[in-house]
Amino acid sequence: MKSKLFVSLLLVIVILAACAPPTVAPPAEKPAAKAGFKIAMVVKNLGNPFFEAAQKGCNEAAAEYGDECIFQGPATPTAEGQIEIIDALIAQKVDVIAITANDPDALVPVCKKAMDAGIKVVTWDSAVAPAGRQIFVNQADMEQIGRIEVQMLAEMIGYKGQIAILSAAATMANQNTWIEWMKEELKDPKYKDMELVTTVYGDDLREKSYNEALGLFKSYPDLKGIISPTTVGIAATARALTDEGLCGKIALTGLGLPSEMAEYIKSGCCKAMALWNPIDLGYMTTVVSHLMASGEITGKPGETFKAGKLGERTIVDDGAGGGMVLLGPPFQFNAENIDQWKDVY
Amino acid sequence: MTVKARAVPSPSILSGLLLRWEWLLVVLLGIACMVNASLSPYFLDVHNLFDMTFHFMERSLIALPMAFIIISGNIDLSVASNLGMSTIIMAASYKAGLNIWLAMLLGLAAGAVGGLINGLLVARVRLPSLVVTLGTYALYRGVAFVILGDLVVTGFPSSFTAIGQGYVGHTPIPVPLVIFAFFAVLFGLLLHRTAFGRLVYAVGNNETACRFSGVAVDRIRIILFTLSGLMSALAGVVLSARFGSARPNIALGFELDVITAVVLGGVDINGGQGTMPGVVLALFLIGVVRYGMSLKNVPGQIQNTLIGMLLIVAILLPQFLRRLASRSRA
Repeated sequence: MKSKLFVSLLLVIVILAACAPPTVAPPAEKPAAKAGFKIAMVVKNLGNPFFEAAQKGCNEAAAEYGDECIFQGPATPTAEGQIEIIDALIAQKVDVIAITANDPDALVPVCKKAMDAGIKVVTWDSAVAPAGRQIFVNQADMEQIGRIEVQMLAEMIGYKGQIAILSAAATMANQNTWIEWMKEELKDPKYKDMELVTTVYGDDLREKSYNEALGLFKSYPDLKGIISPTTVGIAATARALTDEGLCGKIALTGLGLPSEMAEYIKSGCCKAMALWNPIDLGYMTTVVSHLMASGEITGKPGETFKAGKLGERTIVDDGAGGGMVLLGPPFQFNAENIDQWKDVY
Repeated sequence: MTVKARAVPSPSILSGLLLRWEWLLVVLLGIACMVNASLSPYFLDVHNLFDMTFHFMERSLIALPMAFIIISGNIDLSVASNLGMSTIIMAASYKAGLNIWLAMLLGLAAGAVGGLINGLLVARVRLPSLVVTLGTYALYRGVAFVILGDLVVTGFPSSFTAIGQGYVGHTPIPVPLVIFAFFAVLFGLLLHRTAFGRLVYAVGNNETACRFSGVAVDRIRIILFTLSGLMSALAGVVLSARFGSARPNIALGFELDVITAVVLGGVDINGGQGTMPGVVLALFLIGVVRYGMSLKNVPGQIQNTLIGMLLIVAILLPQFLRRLASRSRA
């Protein structure tokens, strides 16, 4: 009886407290500030070293420009998780949301909602569809990234044999575009003896990517090379090749983080790979976010600005009428230069 | 999942336990609201509170029939895959030129058929529901990928996307919340106010006794799985309307979230016990806890860890209370 009374008492208190009218809503005025913006960097998923490197760049730029970098992402790379996060960021009245999308289409409604609430929406790495963004910070030219990976692999396998692609998730806009350009590059007659047998998806999860790599070894005993255009995938494939003793038999290239791939590049398991600097990408995204928030740029093609330590940039047309900023060309890593970079990112 | 005959506690103690469980959820919900409100100035805002519900209404729609199925001593692991299959059938037929509302009906029918197949395999072939729905879990998702591959369907008309993104008139009340409220009341009445509902408990408590008493156990099972398929398809309609797009990997992993909420709601995973108010409270509890953590920018992994802890408490606490109750009686 006593406990019942206690519970009901507690209940009444709780309900009263929970239902108390909200104190005056936080002021919604937007001062024409030049600094102190809340910039939310939303990534595909947490625990991914590539995005952790981008966070470093975000923090660096935020410190330089006097802003706050909020770094957030779902546990697994899903659009639902990102939508939930963006909604919470809208409720927090952040100034900019800078997102790399798990699904370019499913995020459009929530990004529009953010823009309606007066929040600037910047997209980077993997773009939201044009309707859901104001500017796109592109790591490197999509075409260049796709073509360079095929060129590197062809060199390794002597322009001959079966090859496969181990990508992130089937919904990723960036990987899908690169893969389109890989297929385009493969149409060149000099690749006539190379055959792309399949594309598999490791969903940017280490275990799944590892298992997909093992699956490739089993399904295609004559496989000569693998391209993995994702940092999680290439590291998992390198580990699978090493564990199965297939290094040297199956060549590997793609986009990898120097710190994760150094041992495999040195062992010859992955002779060469490419990437841009994710710290710089995070930095550039944050600078663009700052300038969008302060109104110094609006995201229209033709505008120029100074991107801090990275120098002058011009906003170019993204091909759909919107604005795009290019970080720079992809950088190739091999046994000769990997030592310089493996401690950087 | 076989249903073992268990000693059923006397009704007064049983209802006492249930009552206490729902009170506990109310208290937890109140605490969650208080903690959120004290940690974030953005929580106690009518618009934000209503908008919060957008994120778990699809799961909630599936949780309603899931509660029935678990109470009846079964489980349905295929719900998210069935959602994927029916949504892709809807989206693909819309893309092929079918009117969106006809496409929607087709999707709902596909979901119901998916559920019916589960029900027939469980009831007529007498296979364990865990095995059957584990099979269709893979099968239905596979069908979605076969139909659409890596493609996406977008460009739904705004009258359709309003189902998932819209508000009722000029109020801040989201349309999905209204849809859920309607079905929550419907399923609540079905479980607690009809003979059918009482039979669902009976089947979950002692299937053999029910069969000997002439209860149409098989028919009940088939109805429940078909309902589950239909509601999964409806959740798919709401979800694809909210996304304004549909891909074969839609709602991947939802089944575990749904089962988590149902179990947290006090539904006994072994069947025979549970209430609709408990399930609805648990859905909102998880939603509020998640939203509060999102407002404080708590990383995704830590959010999952906390939800997992909530579930473990949900499983341990009733057993602890039961043991306490039996000790006090002894």
